[in-house]
Parts: sequence; C-alpha cells; structure tokens
Amino acid sequence: MTTAPHTEQARGRVAAVGPTPAAAPDDVIRTSGLTKRFQGGQLAVDGLDLTVPRGSVFGFLGPNGSGKTTTIRMLMGLIAPSSGVATVLGAPMPQSVGAVLPRVGALIEGPALYGFLSGRDNLARFDAADPTSDPRTRARRVTEALDRVGLTAAAGKKARAYSLGMKQRLGLASALLQPRELLVLDEPTNGLDPQGMREIRALVREVAAEGTTVFLSSHLLDEIEQVCTHAAVMSKGRLVVQGTVAELAGRAQGRLVVRTPDVAAARDVLVQHRVTDLRTDEARLDGLATAVDEESLPRLCAALVSAGVRVHGFGVERGTLEDAFVALTGEGFDVAG
Amino acid sequence: MSQAEVSPAEVSRTEVSRTEASAAVGAGPRRQTAAGFAALFRSELWLTFRRTRTIALLGILAVLPVLIGVVVRIETGDSSNGGGPAFIAQVSQNGLFLVFTALALALPIFLPMTVGVVAGDSIAGEAATGTLRYLLVAPAGRTRLLAAKFTAGLVFCLAATMAVVVAAVATGAALFPLGEVTLLSGDTIGLGAAVVRAVLVAGVVALSLSGLVAIGLFISTLTGSGIAAMATTVGLVITVQILDTFPQLHAIQPFLFTHQWLSFGDLLRQPMHWDNVLQNLGLQALYVAVFGSAAWARFTSRDITA
Ligand SMILES: Nc1ncnc2c1ncn2[C@@H]1O[C@H](COP(=O)(O)OP(=O)(O)OP(=O)(O)O)[C@@H](O)[C@H]1O
Ligand SMILES: [Mg+2]
Repeated sequence: MTTAPHTEQARGRVAAVGPTPAAAPDDVIRTSGLTKRFQGGQLAVDGLDLTVPRGSVFGFLGPNGSGKTTTIRMLMGLIAPSSGVATVLGAPMPQSVGAVLPRVGALIEGPALYGFLSGRDNLARFDAADPTSDPRTRARRVTEALDRVGLTAAAGKKARAYSLGMKQRLGLASALLQPRELLVLDEPTNGLDPQGMREIRALVREVAAEGTTVFLSSHLLDEIEQVCTHAAVMSKGRLVVQGTVAELAGRAQGRLVVRTPDVAAARDVLVQHRVTDLRTDEARLDGLATAVDEESLPRLCAALVSAGVRVHGFGVERGTLEDAFVALTGEGFDVAG
Repeated sequence: MSQAEVSPAEVSRTEVSRTEASAAVGAGPRRQTAAGFAALFRSELWLTFRRTRTIALLGILAVLPVLIGVVVRIETGDSSNGGGPAFIAQVSQNGLFLVFTALALALPIFLPMTVGVVAGDSIAGEAATGTLRYLLVAPAGRTRLLAAKFTAGLVFCLAATMAVVVAAVATGAALFPLGEVTLLSGDTIGLGAAVVRAVLVAGVVALSLSGLVAIGLFISTLTGSGIAAMATTVGLVITVQILDTFPQLHAIQPFLFTHQWLSFGDLLRQPMHWDNVLQNLGLQALYVAVFGSAAWARFTSRDITA
C-alpha cells in the first residue's frame, strides 16, 4: 500500500485518466492515519484507519458532527487531508480523482440541483461533467436512472418544484448514471418518510446485489443494522470500532426481557437475582443479564412465576448495535461531537 | 413489515454471491473521449443561456441602443447637433453609427456589469448551491471546469456585444437613413465596408472584456457566495474606471484593464489606427494569463466544503 505523503501534490489532482495501480484489489477503500484539521483548528477527523472490503455494504456510523461527511469529502478528493493517506479503488486520493471517480457514484451531504432545470436536464448536466461518459448514450442512461429511482413521471418537472424526497432520489439517480464499482451515500435517507426510506434501502440492496460496494453513512443505528454487512463507528473524529455487523452486535450484551402486567413484582425478583440496569415500561421490563447464564435462566423464570408474576413473555434478546455503541463508548449515541 | 426488510444475517449470507458478481460491475477505468471531454463545454454554454438571468441581461443590453436611438431622433428633430460623445452627431446622418454610439455608451458600465455578473457567479454560484461538489465528483476535473467556465464567459461577452450591435442596427435602420458612412477622419466609405468595420469593432469590444472574465473567474474562486463575487467584480470595474480618471495615477493607468476600452474608435478612421487596439488586446491577454493562473492555482488547491 502506498504511503507517500501527498498533501503538497494536491494541485495535481486533475489527473488524466491512467492505469490504476493494481494494489489491494479486495479493499475498495483504505485509509491510514487519515486526519483533517480545518483552518479554524477544528479537528474533524483524527487518525482514521478504515478498510472497506469489496462487495460489502459498509455502514459508516456516528452521531452528528463526528466527522463522517469530512471523511467522505476526503475520499472523494474534495478536500485535502491534513495528514494520512486515503486509497480508493486502489489509487491514492485526491491525486487520482480523474481515474477513480468515474467508477464511483456519490451522494454527499444531501442532493444539490439546478432549480431552473428539469430533473432530466440536471442528470444530463452531471453526466456531461464526466469526461469518460459517452454523450451518445446519455439520453438512454438518464432515462434508465430516472426509472430506477421512480422519478420517470416527474422527469420533466423543474427541480425547484421537487419535494425533499424527490431531490434525494434525483441525487441517487445521478450516482447511478453509470455502472459503478463503489457507491458512496452520505445519509441517503435524510428527510425521507418511512416509505421513502424503505425504497432507498431496497435500492441499496439491489445495487449491492449487482456487485457494487456501498459505503453508507448514517446516524441511524437501525438503518445500518437493516442494510449493512459491515460497519464502522465514529465518535468525535475517531474510529471507535469496525467489523461485520454481526460481530459488532455480538459484542453487545444480550438483555433479559420480561413481559408482564405485574411490573413492580417482577422488578423485585429481578433485582434479587442481580439483574442490573433495569428499565421498566408499562407491561415490559428489561435489564442486563450479566449474572444470568443458560442454567440459571429457567430458575429465574420459575422464581418469577412463584412470586405470582403473570409472565407473558420471557427471554434474552440479542444485542443491538446501539447497545454495542453504548458499551464501546460509554455514552449515549445521540450526543453531538 | 415490507418485503424489503432483510435481517443482517440474511444480508451476510448473500455476501458471497455479491463478491462473485463484483467482477461484472465496471470493468476497470473507462477511457476519456474527445466528445466526452467537450461535453462539459457544451453543457456550460447551454446552462449559461438557459438561465433567465442571462436572457434578462441580454435584454437590458438590447434596450440600450433603442433608447439612445429614440433620444437622438427626438433631439435632432428640432436643433442642430451640439456636444455629446463623438459619435452621436453622426447617428442622425447614418443609422449604422448607432452601433458605435451604443457600444461606446455600453462599454464603460452596462457591458462590464453583465459580464461581471456572469463571470463572478460562475464558480461561486455553483459552490453556493452545492452543485460544485457533484460536478467535481462526476469528475469534471478542476482545470477542465475552470476552462469551461472561462469559455462560456467569453461566449457571453460576444453574445452581450452582439445584443447591443443587433439592437443598434435594427433601431438605426428604422429611425435613420442608411448609406455611405463618413468616418471620424472625414473619409467616406460604402455601406458594405462600414458593416465590415462594425463586425470588426464588435469583435474587438467582445475581446476587450476577456480580461474582466478572468478577473471575475478568479474572484469567483475566492468565495462561496455568488452574490458577493458578482458585487465584488462589478465594484472593481467601477473602481478601476474611477482610478483611470485621476491625473495623479498617470503612471499606472496604461495597465488598468479598462484604460484602452474605447480605443475601438481608432478603427473608424481611414486608415485604421491599430496601435491602441493592439495594446488593448495585449493588455487583455496579460490579464487573462495572470488572473487565469491565479484562479487555477486557487481553485485546484482549494478545499470544497460547500
Ligand atoms: N468547513 C468546515 N470548517 C470548519 N469545521 C468544519 C467544517 N466542516 C465540518 N467541520 C467540523 O468538523 C466536524 C465534523 O463534521 P462532519 O460534517 O464531518 O460531521 P458528520 O459526521 O457528517 O455530521 P452529521 O451527522 O451532522 O452530518 C464538526 O465538528 C464540524 O463542526
Ligand atoms: Mg454529515
């Protein structure tokens, strides 16, 4: 892997198309020590070592202000790192933007459109910006991309008359104008209604099934759990953890869940059996079952029943990413960076 | 729950087939083509003239000769010609002279104002709306995008000049006689030869604005606000022309980009005087080189955070 410092070479970033180094064919994105300090002194990304395997749907997770968008901007050659190296599709960024970016579709910090152009003309404009795209197939590819995101009916409408969801879809369409090896989506479901979110997620899965690696940033844990195979968690510019989603969720402790109308009585029994971090709801309570193992689980259930608790449900729920995050960082997820 | 919901476990199971499929997607880098490279330049021109703002600016420029023509027509109806710019006296004798009069009146303020708006907004406007980041990840290439913006700016200069010329010819033909043209040197040339001179003058006027396009482009790379860039560029044009009137600044005035703007009048003599015109074009080339390089240096090294 290349480690040449390159902040000084940033000017050469309008590189011509050339052969891509054959390095690291299996990692679509690789960063080492990637750091961005903004002019004001704000350290937005701090020594990031990220590895995104080919074929993965990679969730890039972190609360507001944790440095997700800044990382993506560095990966896309929009801003130069203060130090460290970013490699995308085997070539260093931002020096190789000309060779790499035609193979990458991106949605960065929400869609941006020409309000006075129709959706179709917006796509034609962005397609014309790519010197490797063929003007003869442009009309067809634009039509297909519009169709793919379900915007065919609104294709002729001025983009300023689009709803937020329609704009988001048009942004996605522009990322899908060509077959891509990598799709970078920065909070693609921001501002969408639940139906819109489901459609975008279905689209992400569809694109991934075609073999495109998807790098998806989000601050929604359940979104990552639903669509991603791998995930990395950012907090205050630093990488907290990365791995497969199953691995990460597995690191979270399971929670014991009891469903009963007799919450108070059940609570007493659970406290006696050293279940900690108890949370109670109207007809449900759960807690950390650190002291409870396979063997003592039936006994705990029996204890509940003999205490007169009407047990409607009883079991250990698998850990979620949120639990993992809390366990890893010792703080809630929604804190600002 | 919709059928689209898949558990993480299922997703990881599909992972293997996905990795196999990955060979099919985008086999390596695609080649840049000449047509693909030129597409951004065409797109840029098309975008410039699709804007209502551009059309409105051209419209304002076209109204100017009409107003001048009407005023001259009314003024010369009763009195003999008095003072005023050198060309105005000729207008009532020959409608074609309205072209030169209108250009002479539009060049100090109106033409550079419209050019300042278009050039000043070129990069900053895209940064403000966020479309700049999508052009750059397309990837447009920073140098290529700058070149396309500069080209569109030059074409706008030509379009703006032509808006004045065409409106002036139409108004001149409608309100005044056309025929042989008496030049500023007193010689008379035929209508055909006069039209050739008009085309030449239009070309020189359009090129006179090229330095300003480069300046506007440079200012446009400095800020993320289109309005700020436009205002700065237009403000600069006005300031420079005020500086050009101070006798104390005699030493630097030949280097001001507006200094030789009105030298196109030298082409309306027999024989044509090219000295000042060439000096003007040379000065514009210098401004294009200096501010073009500055814009390039700034734009290719700048963080795009908008
Ligand atoms: N242009 C800039 N200049 C200075 N600081 C910046 C700039 N852009 C971002 N930052 C700071 O860098 C940090 C990371 O911001 P970034 O936009 O990368 O976060 P994020 O993870 O994308 O957040 P969100 O979930 O809100 O989109 C923040 O503290 C932010 O204030
Ligand atoms: Mg962000």
